[in-house]
Amino acid sequence: MAETDSAKVSEHVEKVETRRDFLQLATGAFAAVGGAAVAWPFIQQMNPAADTLALATVEVDISAIEEGQAIKVKWRGVPVFIRHRTKAEIDAANAVSQGDLIDPEEDNVRVKKPEWLVLVGVCTHLGCIPLGTSQGETKGEFNGWFCPCHGSHYDSSGRIRKGPAPKNLPVPEYAFISDNVVKIG
Amino acid sequence: MSKFQKPAWLDNGVVRWVDYRLPIFSFVSHELYEYPTPRNLNYWWNFGSLAGIVLVIMIVTGITLAMHYTPHTALAFDSVERIMRDVNYGWLIRYIHMNGASMFFIIVYIHIFRGLYFGSYKAPREILWMLGVLILLLMMATAFMGYVLPWGQMSFWGATVITNLFSAIPWGIGDWIVTLLWGGFAVDNATLNRFFSLHYLLPFVIVGVVVLHIWALHVHGSNNPIGIATKGEQDVVPFHPYYTIKDMFGLGVFLIVFALFIFFAPNYMGHPDNYIPANSLSTPAHIVPEWYFLPFYAILRAVPDNFIGGWTTEWLGFVIVEAKLAGVLAMFGAIAVLFVLPWLDRSPVRSSRFRPMYKWFFWIFAIDCLVLGYMGALPAEGIYIVIGRVATVYYFAHFLVVIPLLAKFEKTRSLPKSISEPIFGGGGVAAAGAAAKPMEKA
Amino acid sequence: MRKIVTLLIVGISSMAVDTTVHAAGGGKTPPAHQWSHSGLFGTFDRASLRRGAKVYREVCSSCHGLRLVAYRNLIDIGFSEAEVKAIAAEQEVAAEPNDDGDVEMRPAILSDRFVSPFPNENAARAANGGAYPPDLSLMVKARPGGANYLRGLLIGYKEEPPGGVIVPEGMNYNEYYPGNMIAMASPLSEDGVEFADGTKATVEQMANDVTTFLSWTAEPELEERKRMGIKVILFLLILTGLLYVVKRRIWSDLH
Repeated sequence: MAETDSAKVSEHVEKVETRRDFLQLATGAFAAVGGAAVAWPFIQQMNPAADTLALATVEVDISAIEEGQAIKVKWRGVPVFIRHRTKAEIDAANAVSQGDLIDPEEDNVRVKKPEWLVLVGVCTHLGCIPLGTSQGETKGEFNGWFCPCHGSHYDSSGRIRKGPAPKNLPVPEYAFISDNVVKIG
Repeated sequence: MSKFQKPAWLDNGVVRWVDYRLPIFSFVSHELYEYPTPRNLNYWWNFGSLAGIVLVIMIVTGITLAMHYTPHTALAFDSVERIMRDVNYGWLIRYIHMNGASMFFIIVYIHIFRGLYFGSYKAPREILWMLGVLILLLMMATAFMGYVLPWGQMSFWGATVITNLFSAIPWGIGDWIVTLLWGGFAVDNATLNRFFSLHYLLPFVIVGVVVLHIWALHVHGSNNPIGIATKGEQDVVPFHPYYTIKDMFGLGVFLIVFALFIFFAPNYMGHPDNYIPANSLSTPAHIVPEWYFLPFYAILRAVPDNFIGGWTTEWLGFVIVEAKLAGVLAMFGAIAVLFVLPWLDRSPVRSSRFRPMYKWFFWIFAIDCLVLGYMGALPAEGIYIVIGRVATVYYFAHFLVVIPLLAKFEKTRSLPKSISEPIFGGGGVAAAGAAAKPMEKA
Repeated sequence: MRKIVTLLIVGISSMAVDTTVHAAGGGKTPPAHQWSHSGLFGTFDRASLRRGAKVYREVCSSCHGLRLVAYRNLIDIGFSEAEVKAIAAEQEVAAEPNDDGDVEMRPAILSDRFVSPFPNENAARAANGGAYPPDLSLMVKARPGGANYLRGLLIGYKEEPPGGVIVPEGMNYNEYYPGNMIAMASPLSEDGVEFADGTKATVEQMANDVTTFLSWTAEPELEERKRMGIKVILFLLILTGLLYVVKRRIWSDLH
């Protein structure tokens, strides 16, 4: 009795080593699926939390911005420039020949309403904040913005005109909720 | 052909290349595959590996929680609530961690009682046992500091009461230690910060001691329900696949229980007061530690005023030990006595199966621990004080009186010749010997 | 072995007994109510949540805060974005300092948390005769007895205390409050709130609804938790069953 038992043990071990039966494979696969499912919450927790996402959109009241003025609002940790452009600024932006631009783009694709220009205020060169929003700050050679870090000049449509920056100031996703309120993000 | 074969993957070229330079695969194979394990282990032997898995779960969830937690008195409570409300799956991770602490203690307590019942602390496993007690101590420190972090009412007042224990140490040393722990004049921001730091550190110290614990285990192998040493290949099976699958099955059962708590009664083992932000100007009506500390808390409170001081004053004319210190000493003594257990129990027989009297006293002791736990939860008044004291005295009597006396006077039953003997039944020595023979040829 | 299991059960149930001992603490144990959100498959009663939110806003919120809940969270329980924006805009919060460095007030928005009625505990005490109306965000989790206790408290006021009990000035008699003497006067009165869905606003109805609402504020994850729990338990039952069969097979040669 004992002899057959130990013989069976060795035979069994052999069987396990050479051929895993279907049931074991199924159990292993099932457990692996469970393991993967467990990993998901632990990865997901690193993504932005609900309170962070709640700040992903900002509603701004623009009724107080007079023609020719601009404001800076914080959105997702970076400044957004909102400029109420004058007729002259709009005309200047439209008058530029595309051939003169480093990053060619028509003004009318960069705005939803010509008098309102909304831009992410981060220089496309190395991430400094360009001057030109507040009154009294230099607007650079093209009457838009000027980045003091390495001397990039942007025009009244926020397009790069001179200096090391490769791209125009980006336009964030935004929408006019009403005439006076713009929702960014 | 031996059942202790090396796994096939050891023949893989890459494995062989690495193994020649760093024999990590051989190590795994030796300690987790071929590792000879008594064939008669019952399900109480599942709790060791289970504790190891829970330790990993606690570390993983803990590291994750630390990504969102803020250790500052003004922000800690709200940051925990932010985890519960805003962080993706934060509630899940926090409830796993919170209930995981309770599960860890349940598992480790069962693991300890298994050791007590089957005499796993006896030679040559004394160091293995002492390392285990050390792990328990580290777990208690870790759990205590972790409980402070949410900065609720119980966190704050638990921290205040427990740190004040050290003030019982005389000659000004105690007060010096308490101030050192606090980093201020009371439990405050400095305390919270250092507790967070240490709560993060200690689990890794536990991992280190666990490695030593397993190392010590693997020197002489597992004890077993019969408590006699293995005497050859017929008594053992390779760890893999026999015990890997058995541990996996046990893990599955445990996870079901664990999940029931996490998803359907996540606050059952907690205290409602800890959902009230800490208030240093108002103490809750009953300060109760987490359930796993209750027996020790009962022992702490059981010592009467001037217990030793009372009689020594009469005898010697001065107080040697104040009540507060005596309580603290008793509480730490309750764990310290476990360290010396291998030398208190001189009975040569390990397993209770062959110790008819010890078996009874084991169960009385287990009930005594439950009574202590129950008393720890109740307010210290009236009859509860008396019960608490009796249970405390019995706790120590079990180790210091009952066990040494049993070792001397108990008539133990005769032990089987080998582990395989009772398994093959009836055949006795002859059958065991026969079983051994084909193995020897292999 | 069976003995150990029995002992464990005794130990765990003794802990349960312990909780009730604390819950009693001078007041009667509040009656158990059948909550829609209790049980394995419980979910919050949406209509009750909506009514409860109204009770909170029109009655409780004059003294009690809900500082851990954000206005946006109301969208999760069926309020429309426009409704919640209007609810938020009724309150004011401090804005970022303006260009002159002054802090002005602005209407609250979705991402803000509920504005508390008092700026700090001292102000709250000063306005309430020395008593502190606690924040209600976690109240259901922060009291032994949870939702049943809260509901009991709201319906447990007695105009006439039992014989021989003297209620001091500024205090009220409540059967279920520990010690029976509570500074808060009975907050709910028949038809104190008008429900949009036509439900009659009895004291008990309002107590049930606001308790349901506060159960949600304390455990907003409850529904997701139970849903996930069912799946996890089912998965584990199957996996453990499979593991058991595999274990039996592997060990069969030894037995």
